[in-house]
Amino acid sequence: MIEHVFRDEWGRVVASLVGFLGDFDLAEDVAQEAFAFAVERWPRDGMPANPGAWLVTTARNRALDRLRRERTLAAKVRLLEVPAPVEVEVEESTVPDEQLELIFMCCHPALAMEAQVALTLRALGGLTTEEIAAAFLVAPETMKRRLSRAKAKIRTAGIPFRVPPGRLLARRLAAVLTVVYLVFNHGYGGRIDLAAEAIRLGRLLCGLMPDEPEVHGLLALMLCHDARRRARFSNAELVLLEDQDRSLWDAAQIGEGRAALDRALALYGRGPYVLQAAIASLQVEERIDWPEVAALYGELARRTRSPVVELNRAVAVAQAGLPDAALGIVEGLELDGYPYLHSTRAELLRRLGRPEEARAAYRRALELARNEPERRFLQRRLNEP
Amino acid sequence: MRYAVLIYEKPDVHDPLSPGERQALSDEYMAIHEDPRVVEGARLQPAEMTTTIRMQGGETLITDGPFADTKEVFGGYYLLEADDLDAAIEIAERIPAVRLGGAIEIRPLMYRHP
Repeated sequence: MIEHVFRDEWGRVVASLVGFLGDFDLAEDVAQEAFAFAVERWPRDGMPANPGAWLVTTARNRALDRLRRERTLAAKVRLLEVPAPVEVEVEESTVPDEQLELIFMCCHPALAMEAQVALTLRALGGLTTEEIAAAFLVAPETMKRRLSRAKAKIRTAGIPFRVPPGRLLARRLAAVLTVVYLVFNHGYGGRIDLAAEAIRLGRLLCGLMPDEPEVHGLLALMLCHDARRRARFSNAELVLLEDQDRSLWDAAQIGEGRAALDRALALYGRGPYVLQAAIASLQVEERIDWPEVAALYGELARRTRSPVVELNRAVAVAQAGLPDAALGIVEGLELDGYPYLHSTRAELLRRLGRPEEARAAYRRALELARNEPERRFLQRRLNEP
Repeated sequence: MRYAVLIYEKPDVHDPLSPGERQALSDEYMAIHEDPRVVEGARLQPAEMTTTIRMQGGETLITDGPFADTKEVFGGYYLLEADDLDAAIEIAERIPAVRLGGAIEIRPLMYRHP
């Protein structure tokens, strides 16, 4: 129970403290102390009516104590000038939600992308440094350095704690969504479920920015993809969309994803995440409307100018019954180092009855494949007569 | 906060420009200079005018030219008094060197001036 409250309250509490104290490290330290204090007190005294406000107030008091001590010490040694802390009465019921300010600060483009990701998971997601290190396969010491360097830059370079003004908002929001989507794509199966973490951040953002279509688009995209998670592998072997066991799809999650997509469309969203969500939603239909999927990929490709999107369009064109046209698209792409270009080309050549060329393309894809299940999948194709 | 905005330019980028175009660029730099957040600024003479000082074996070594041979050269700076990094970025983005293939570094100052 307490654990559950902690997970939900951590981001809000840290955000409120960073806003109040203007110091990320201090905010985290006292938040941790307040949570530890709660573990001790709540089971004995009962859960407070407003746990979030209780945690914020407790943490603020700890911070003020600490600043006061430092100031006394400073006065004694006449070395540091710590400004006098101002005592503020916290109205227990009106702790403002400043998580949006915090997430825009953590995802500021002046920070390295990997630092943005780590900070967001730490500050908003409440993951520990060790958990983040494990998720990204780096030593805890490395992650600790990465986080403290990022926090030092926030402080020293004056990275603001605020929601960017209108002129900047669209670009900065795109940066925030990139971080969340990066967390999502970092993959499944590790000790830390980053996909679930990203969905949690996506839901949080939808609550904080209910009028931004791309925010709903990203959540819809993640939910529709994640709903197929259990069907994507069978005994550790990769299963393609058309062969997946649909009974393994998470229907409730698909429903939630579609509802998020509907909200995005009602807000006249037509950005890259909304388009991808619309595609993901079509792909979990009973019968997939491939011409529509191809048209959406076309729109996405025009917006993003991404050859990978063009490759996906080619797959949809082939599924719509036009493998010749699809092969034409694939052969015009400059993506030689990309394994899926070759596996897609191989698949198309196989369907077009050109087995020798298909085999060569499968071999090239196999050389470039990035993980074992993919390698095994390609090897199976090569072994087929 | 105080920020040094360091302007790195492609060296010969102004050579093909007409006098009118040069004047227009110069006006842009002056307009930025007029921004109330700009404390001071200066354009430097070309890199060939540089004298570099080093220490070698306890002796001062004086050489002609800049110390690093890079594609972009340090061409000038502004000193800003701005609320935060976003405000500094907003000014830096307007500097013509950016769209002429150069780059701008924004460095917070270590000490506040009195």
